[in-house]
Amino acid sequence: MSSVKDWAAPTPISENRSGLIGKGVDRYEGRLKVTGTAPFAYEVEAPSPPAYGVLIASPIAKGVVSSADISAAQAAPGVRLVWTPHNVPAQGERGAKINPRSQRGSNPALAAKIEHFGQHVGFVVADTLENAKAAAALVRFDYAAEPADLIFEDNLDAADQPEGEEDVRIGDFEAAFAGAPVRLDETYVSPLQNHAQMEPCATTAWWDGDNVTVHTSIQMVKGGQHTLAETLMIPSTQVRLLTRYIGGGFGGKGQSYDDLTLAALAARELGQPVKVAYTRQQMFQATIHRPAVHMRVRLGAQPDGRLDAFALEAVTHCRREAPFTEHAANFARSLYAAPNRLTGHRLVKLDIPAAGAMRAPGEASGMLSLECAMDELAEQLGLDPIALRLRNEPETDPETGKPFSTRQLVRCMTEGAQRFGWDRRNPKPGQVRDGRWLVGLGMAAAIRGNFLLPAKAGVRIDADGTITLRQGMTDIGTGTYTILAQITAETLGVPLAQVKVELGDSDFPPAPGSGGQFGAATAGSAAFAAGMNLRKALAELAIGDPNSPLYGDDPELVTFGGGNIAVDNRAEPLDQLVARAAPDGVYVEGSITPAADARDYSQHTYGAHFAEVGVDPDTGEVRLRRMFGVFAAGRILNAKTAMSQITGGMIWGVGTALHEYNEVDPRYGSFIAQDLAGYHVPAHADIVNLSAMFLDEVDDKANPMGIKGVGELGIAGAGAAIANAVYNACGARIRNYPLTPEKVLAALP
Amino acid sequence: MKPFTYERPADVTEALAMAAAVPGARFLAGGTNLVDLMKLQIEQPTHLVDVSRLPLGQIEETAEGGLRLGATTSNSQVAADAKVRARYPALAQAILSGASGQLRNKATTAGNLLQRTRCAYFYDTTKPCNKRQPGAGCAAIGGIYANTAIFGASQACIATHPSDMAVAMSALDAQVEIAGPGGRARAIALEDLHRLPGETPHIETTLEPGEMITAVVLPPPPPGGQIYRKARERASYAFAIGSVAVAGGKVALGAVAHKPWRARVAEQALAGGAGPAEAMAAELASAQPDGHNDFKLKLMARLGAACLTTTGAGSDQ
Ligand SMILES: Cc1cc2nc3c(=O)[nH]c(=O)nc-3n(C[C@H](O)[C@H](O)[C@H](O)COP(=O)(O)OP(=O)(O)OC[C@H]3O[C@@H](n4cnc5c(N)ncnc54)[C@H](O)[C@@H]3O)c2cc1C
Ligand code: SF4
Repeated sequence: MSSVKDWAAPTPISENRSGLIGKGVDRYEGRLKVTGTAPFAYEVEAPSPPAYGVLIASPIAKGVVSSADISAAQAAPGVRLVWTPHNVPAQGERGAKINPRSQRGSNPALAAKIEHFGQHVGFVVADTLENAKAAAALVRFDYAAEPADLIFEDNLDAADQPEGEEDVRIGDFEAAFAGAPVRLDETYVSPLQNHAQMEPCATTAWWDGDNVTVHTSIQMVKGGQHTLAETLMIPSTQVRLLTRYIGGGFGGKGQSYDDLTLAALAARELGQPVKVAYTRQQMFQATIHRPAVHMRVRLGAQPDGRLDAFALEAVTHCRREAPFTEHAANFARSLYAAPNRLTGHRLVKLDIPAAGAMRAPGEASGMLSLECAMDELAEQLGLDPIALRLRNEPETDPETGKPFSTRQLVRCMTEGAQRFGWDRRNPKPGQVRDGRWLVGLGMAAAIRGNFLLPAKAGVRIDADGTITLRQGMTDIGTGTYTILAQITAETLGVPLAQVKVELGDSDFPPAPGSGGQFGAATAGSAAFAAGMNLRKALAELAIGDPNSPLYGDDPELVTFGGGNIAVDNRAEPLDQLVARAAPDGVYVEGSITPAADARDYSQHTYGAHFAEVGVDPDTGEVRLRRMFGVFAAGRILNAKTAMSQITGGMIWGVGTALHEYNEVDPRYGSFIAQDLAGYHVPAHADIVNLSAMFLDEVDDKANPMGIKGVGELGIAGAGAAIANAVYNACGARIRNYPLTPEKVLAALP
Repeated sequence: MKPFTYERPADVTEALAMAAAVPGARFLAGGTNLVDLMKLQIEQPTHLVDVSRLPLGQIEETAEGGLRLGATTSNSQVAADAKVRARYPALAQAILSGASGQLRNKATTAGNLLQRTRCAYFYDTTKPCNKRQPGAGCAAIGGIYANTAIFGASQACIATHPSDMAVAMSALDAQVEIAGPGGRARAIALEDLHRLPGETPHIETTLEPGEMITAVVLPPPPPGGQIYRKARERASYAFAIGSVAVAGGKVALGAVAHKPWRARVAEQALAGGAGPAEAMAAELASAQPDGHNDFKLKLMARLGAACLTTTGAGSDQ
């Protein structure tokens, strides 16, 4: 195993001779996407004309399907197959072989036992989508309904410690809190949010003998492949899973769903390719969501602002049969110094759709609490919110005492304050008007963990000089294709146009996929390792080839650049070398594993958000006027894609503070909003002036390239900055997100 | 989606004949509401008569000094029209506050008036809804969806009409021109187009079967200021949670009833010298919130008063 010390040495990435690293190059697949020619899973052309599957959802939350009448549907035009719990083919149970993350999808599909509203109970395949839909409406089900626990707030008393988890206690929180001269004890509630990726879950499947090929929309290639193999009770080698383009994942596609299972089963049954896509309503009811979280924050401080006691206790919910904890308190373990600390989670089990990962699970909800509480405490103390945070800036990880790999939180806050004009904030709320609008400023800190997982990559060079990187990685719209091309081109000293990137295929060397903002670091480090191995192979090739100008040179002296391999002024183009000495091309693989001593450091990305909002006193409407964020997230690979990740996260944070939520109907267990007309995320008009910057940073404890994740950091804390600005604008402190006109109006005098 | 047939008539007479010929036929205009509902199988027409290319796309001056908006004028076209903007700014504001640019390009004047409610339970076909299935019951009553009516609701339905445009037209005293089977033509006040739900919430307008809207006529603008303001959950592309149109001394409220709510009580109060807040309080005295939508009282009181103050329709003593 490697050590983080090995990662400090200069590399082609840190040397960045052709300047590709950090450059804001356009998206590798951008043209395909904007011209509509990137085939998403549902659009992939099958080898023969496909049939179309439609799913039928349960209208009850709990119980069993007692009977199903499929006769009318079977007789409807174009119908090929009608499945219910009573005739769906047997499916293998998902076992220990696969990543537990990928086990949460319903298994088996079309189970008779109903565990939530919207669970699929029927499936119809027909020659056209319209015929399948019309026939689906003809299937009649009878249900034996059972009482269900549906409402989080009504079941808070039933909250339990999540299995295998313990509270983290440092010092004596209770005593320190009781003795603190200044205290805050408030509960904040973050909303339940649904995944609403532009591309729904979708699969095109076909069989060739005993082998199945599936194109599906999933973030984790291997997880999906193994899950399907277990379901179909065939070896994974007989499942080829492809996921080339993904129209948004955000954690919601970390697992597979019924579209994958049923498309594969039906294609086998019919001997014909089958396409299945979720409707928007099914995306809401039959995938996963970010659960609501009740967060009690207690802060005990000295009059000068130093925290003696800090506690964040989070209560959240999950589907009864699918344990998942939204770890809303974890971020706080590394954020502010306080000698006496308590953090922990409790879980309420409900009969509603499954809770699961959504962009920055933990931080996105959790920071809405503490970062408001700090604002409230600052006011109590008569301190500026930044000054309060500076006073509690730890030197080492406040919980573990480990050194930080890098931590530029202070600079994020001070630099941001200066650029944003924080000194213009009037600490007294409700003082600034612009026309009818009450105007206020708010800020919040951001922290999000950084991770590295094991991964592999393969890279080959062909006789024409084309370099192809292959990896069982996914690009969920974040820019993975692009940064892998940049890393490969820079490592091998060739122009970007010479590099091809192929992703999303279970036949390729595996990578864990996209999630937890570990994608770029993990897949990128493996690609970098593969590139370094190819350098070595090419150097050996040249040195061992009597026809090469490098024949007999010292491999240590070989350099790459401008498409050439060289020692001093002896050089030859890579394509010339390969065409002559290895006309079939050269293929190598590389891999990355976390360093043995990586856990000796507290490793995070950081930021600070600054927001200015207007509040309409007539209606309680809140409008963002401007927002600015400063972030430190290691070396930035691509200025453009990193910026769109970070600002995209901030925008989601704005939505979390102001717009985005769903509610469960207490009678049916269904979500009230089930489409994008009713489920609001920010529209363009909500985001008029929002920008961000990255501080210079290289984290040489993170991975060989010194990069970190940027995909989730932007959302962490963003909503709290908005809520703090709303308070500053109008004096209404609303601790129940989002801050809808209804809630703001109620709080206004 | 249920299979259906489709025809495109050349003129109004042909359109009426086509619609009369097939039971279950419906007019199709921009399709931005009807087609969505067909995909969800909430609407299941057997036959579509596409009126979108009929020669009803003009905005014309009337002899009385008003404007006639053809039934198929697009929302974008009306909102951008110089005459509309100059003389009926509340209408232009109302249209521009609705939907999105893309939808407004497709949406038509008649289609907008006849768009159906956005009640969440109307859209969720697993729930009982008297609008979808008369006699089935109403899931919204006792439910948690809060964008419901505070005026004129019934035991059968508490839904609201979602149009912004119609609210401004109501305050502007617009007339609706209607053509019926056999060449019958009539005109009614816009206020009389939509019905309150009563016991038959599935019957939403006073149009007779087979009738189509051919135009909306705006009388000359009333003296006094005009404004349309809409409260919503985001800055754009969201239905109103409450809206107010003021044109001179006329006031209409949106998202509070099964139809654009003409605030006659407020108008009378204003005429009698009441100030903005007083006039709104008089109107809202008869409102019947249901516990979930109580916020609309404070919202409409403030938003209405603010609009009246801006236009100078009343002055608080
Ligand atoms: C996401 C979304 C957001 C929206 N937001 C808003 C909003 O904020 N505010 C708002 O006001 N609206 C909003 N809308 C609704 C939009 O304004 C309507 O869909 C549109 O105005 C309908 O017009 P259309 O021409 O497309 O009607 P269609 O969908 O074609 O038809 C609607 C109805 O009118 C009937 N019809 C059409 N023409 C005639 C005619 N000449 N005579 C008789 N019957 C006729 C049809 O049979 C059908 O029943 C939104 C819509 C969507 C999809
Ligand atoms: S309020 Fe009206 S539209 Fe909504 S569920 Fe009840 S009957 Fe249907």
